[in-house]
Formats: sequence, C-alpha cells, structure tokens
Amino acid sequence: MEFEAVIGLEVHAQMLTDTKIFCNCSTKFGAAPNSHTCPVCLGMPGVLPVLNKKVVEYAMKMALATNCKINPTCEFARKNYFYPDLPKGYQISQYAYPLAEHGYVELEVNGGKKKIGITRIHMEEDAGKLLHDEHNPVSYVDLNRTGVPLIEIVSEPDIRSSEEAADYLKRLHEILVYLEICDGNMEEGSFRCDANVSIRPKGQKEFGTRTELKNMNSFRNVQRALEYEIKRQQYIVENGGAIVQETRLWDDAQGATNSMRGKEEAHDYRYFPDPDLVPVIVDAAWIDKIRVDMPELPQAKRERFISEYQISAYDAGVLTADKALAQYYEEVVAICAKPKQAANWLMGDVMKFLNEDKKTIRDCPIAAASLAEMINLIDAGTISGKMAKDIAEEMYRSGKKPQEVIAEKGMVQITDEAALAKTISSIIDANPQQLADYRAGKEKLFGYFVGQAMKATQGKANPQIVNDLLKKMLAGK
Amino acid sequence: MKLTAQEVEYVAHLARLEITPQEKEKFTAQLNDILLYIDKLNELDTKGVEPMSHAIGVTNAFREDNVVESIGTEKTLANAPDARGEFFRVPKVIE
Repeated sequence: MEFEAVIGLEVHAQMLTDTKIFCNCSTKFGAAPNSHTCPVCLGMPGVLPVLNKKVVEYAMKMALATNCKINPTCEFARKNYFYPDLPKGYQISQYAYPLAEHGYVELEVNGGKKKIGITRIHMEEDAGKLLHDEHNPVSYVDLNRTGVPLIEIVSEPDIRSSEEAADYLKRLHEILVYLEICDGNMEEGSFRCDANVSIRPKGQKEFGTRTELKNMNSFRNVQRALEYEIKRQQYIVENGGAIVQETRLWDDAQGATNSMRGKEEAHDYRYFPDPDLVPVIVDAAWIDKIRVDMPELPQAKRERFISEYQISAYDAGVLTADKALAQYYEEVVAICAKPKQAANWLMGDVMKFLNEDKKTIRDCPIAAASLAEMINLIDAGTISGKMAKDIAEEMYRSGKKPQEVIAEKGMVQITDEAALAKTISSIIDANPQQLADYRAGKEKLFGYFVGQAMKATQGKANPQIVNDLLKKMLAGK
Repeated sequence: MKLTAQEVEYVAHLARLEITPQEKEKFTAQLNDILLYIDKLNELDTKGVEPMSHAIGVTNAFREDNVVESIGTEKTLANAPDARGEFFRVPKVIE
C-alpha cells in the first residue's frame, strides 16, 4: 500500500526587540545567568506586565508577509502548567483570540507553486533555561530567557513530505530574516520548530493518528526526524500495529525519535484570559502604517531579479538568499549595468573568498563600486578576465580599488597590436618544430602558442588580440 | 451538583495541592455553592452581547522598547529557596 505523510509545523521565532515582551529587561543573548531579570519576568506577586508595542508591530509584519488576516482584536491568555523554567506557573500566550489567522506561504514544487496554509500567528513569552547536573539529582535554572518575545506560527497540515517541510521552514526563516524581526539563529534557539506527523493510505481523506516531534534544532534535523518518523509509522501500520498519539524527541546522535515517557499524562492547560493584559485593537490605519514599512520579500525579489536582470532562477535564488547579498548585487549592477557578469563574479570569486574566511557579504572588503568598476574595466578591454581574477583577490585582501591594484602591479592589459605581433613573431621563431606540426594539421598546438604568448607577457596580453594575431601569423600571413 | 468530587480532586492535582478526604468533601460543596450562585447570571438575556474578558474598557496599553537595568543576579536569587552560584537550584527535571 502506498502511504502519504501529513505534516503540520509549529515554528517559534524570537522577535528581535531590545527588551522582553512584558518588561524592560534586556533580551541580549549570553549574559551572566539570572542577570536580565526583574520582578515582572520573575513572576513576583503584585507586578503588572505591560506589552512591548514593537513585538506587536513585528508580529504584524510577519502576518502581512505570510498573507494572514490580522484580527481587529486580540487577547492574551494564561497557559497554566508547572515547570521549573516557568516562574509564574503559567505562560502568557494567546489562545482564543490570536493576532492573525488564515495565511499562506508559497513553495516552488516541480516548476509549479504550492500553498502551505498558515492557521495562526500569535505572540507569547519564552520560558527560562534549564541546565541539568550530570552527577547530582538537581537542575539549574537561568531565567534570562523568561519573557523574551516569541511568535508562534502554526501551519495547516498541508505538508506532504520531509522535503516540503524543510522548504517551508526555509521560506519562513528567510522571510523573518528579511523583515529583520528575527535573527534566525537556530543554535541559539531564535528559530525553533516542532512537527505534527501522521500517515494515511494515499487517497484517504481522514487523518491518521499523529505524533508530535520535538528537539530538532536545524533544517537538516527536521528533515531527518520527519523521514525517520514517517518510516517508523509506516512500519507499524504495515505490520498491523496502531500509532500511539504521543510526543517524541529527536535524538541527533542516534538518528531516531524516541517516545517522551513520563509525560504521558494529558495536558490540561486551563487557558483563560490574562486579567493583567488588556485587549489589543489593531485598526486599518495601524496595519497600513506597518505595510508601508515592509521591505520587498524574498520571493518577490527573486522574481524581479529574473525578469529585470535576465539572470537564471538559480542565480536569482542564490543572490536573494541573503538580503545583504541581494543589496550588494543591485549596487554593483546599478554602476556597471552588467547583471550577468556581476552575478558571476559575486557568486564565483567573491563568494569563494568569503566562504573561505567564513565571512558574509556584510564583511566583504571589496566595495560594491569597486567590483562594478572592475567589471567595467574587463568590458572595456583594459584588463583580461584572467587578470581580473588576480585583481579581485588583491582587492579582497587589501580592500583597494581596482585602479589602485592595477597601477601597483602594472597589470594593464597589453592591447598594442604592434607590440604583441613582435612578441608572437619571436615565439614562432623559437618554436620551429611546433610551427611545422601545426601547419601539418596539429591544430591543438594553437593553445600552446597562446600559452607561450601569455607567458611572455605575464598574462597581460589581451587574449582576443593574441588569438587574432596568432591565427594570421601561424598561417604565415 | 455542578461539580463532582473527582473533578475537585483533578483540579487540586493540576494545582499541585494535596487535600484530605474531608477537605475534598468540603471544597466540593463550597465550589458547588459558588457555581450555583454564578449560575444566576444565566437568567440574564445576553443575546447579541459580545463576550468580554476584562471589566475595564482600556485597550492597547503599551510599553516602548527601551532597556531598563535589571535588578541583578544577587537580588534575583535573594528569595530563592535554593540557589547555587548564579543559578536557582531545583530537583532534577528531565523532559
């Protein structure tokens, strides 16, 4: 029997605000334990949480970017449970009235497009961090993260494979980073994902029993965990077993999901409206204000790059994967007006240098204007493509402009035909055997003469002129 | 009866409260009284009235995103029943 997977994802993204969602403590990562805390986030009696306006605005940006409907009124609710990382005994979240609902993200699948529905986006606070003692039966609690703002993005069960799940996550991640509302750092937990998975015989409408997967902290692990879980469920069903609805943890080292025993007891969170926090009313004027500030989103940018610059979908994808890279590219093209060459240089040599140094385009020592000028110099025939490779490297090492590098290294291309003809003539004189072989039909030797000419001019000869001259002179004309 | 003794026991467990059989009986009766009293509200016709979650009419109470110095680790841990170094210390919990 053929099965299909049904997957829904819950993504938690940390909002890039300076302060927590309900108090003025810093959200900065890596501070001394329990130093970014105050009576509000510690859950002391009698304190009053007050909502950070920026969190609402950031969440609204994500809602608009994912085609959600922003509700005119939304409310905060208390989700009640006991855990040592939750000092109040409840998490402030949104339940019956979330900020936004009914959106979608588009994925590119086999040349077509597929919409993945977004059920809801809501705001909530993060919990603290637990460190477990390896030798003693104790855990240590750091409450710096308590109250850090999160949005939860819940998808519809529209995803049908682990690849689609990874693709969807990459799209969400890319949008969040483009909007500059989340740093997207998965290692530091700024972007986390849980998955709900079930399988059903292909063609069946009803959903199978689902399991919830947690503890996957990279795109790759999400994909691996889903692949494993789909296979596991399939094996059970094919052997006449039944799937148990449960939460399972991904074990990276083991490459498997394991049942989270000991927490079998069904959760009963007893949500109720938080009396400390008043409703949030979002009117059309506020939405418009946010909309005006929205940057061009990655998908729109990709499509524009393809049509405006006539570059391939692949190149457009690479160049828009990072907003700063896309911006750099556009700066280069604005000056040199050679989109294809700009794409090639950027994705080739420049990215290679940056990757070798584990740097991003933000730290690129080559100014966009310098790369553009270099491309112009190639186009004008002042330097050859080969020379440009050395110049680019030197520009990267020193941060100098192309003209400076050229002047320092005396790298200007030799385009003087008379001078080159003289050089070539002496090369021909020095290689009578090769000349005879070439004239006898060994045309491959042409390359040998080109090489000799480039060597004699330290690579400075204009290759087109050398080619033309060699053709004529080798033929004895 | 609006509420059974089992429900009282369940809610007490969720709140991590230990109650004696006598208390369970007492609370069941008391909670039922409260719920019956609140039931009086159902006599009102609320057709066409939006449910409300707050008694005050205030909306959109916001704070600007400006960092204020926190109280510091020492004060944070001052009331902790158990602490070690810069951390609260609790019985081991593993999910």
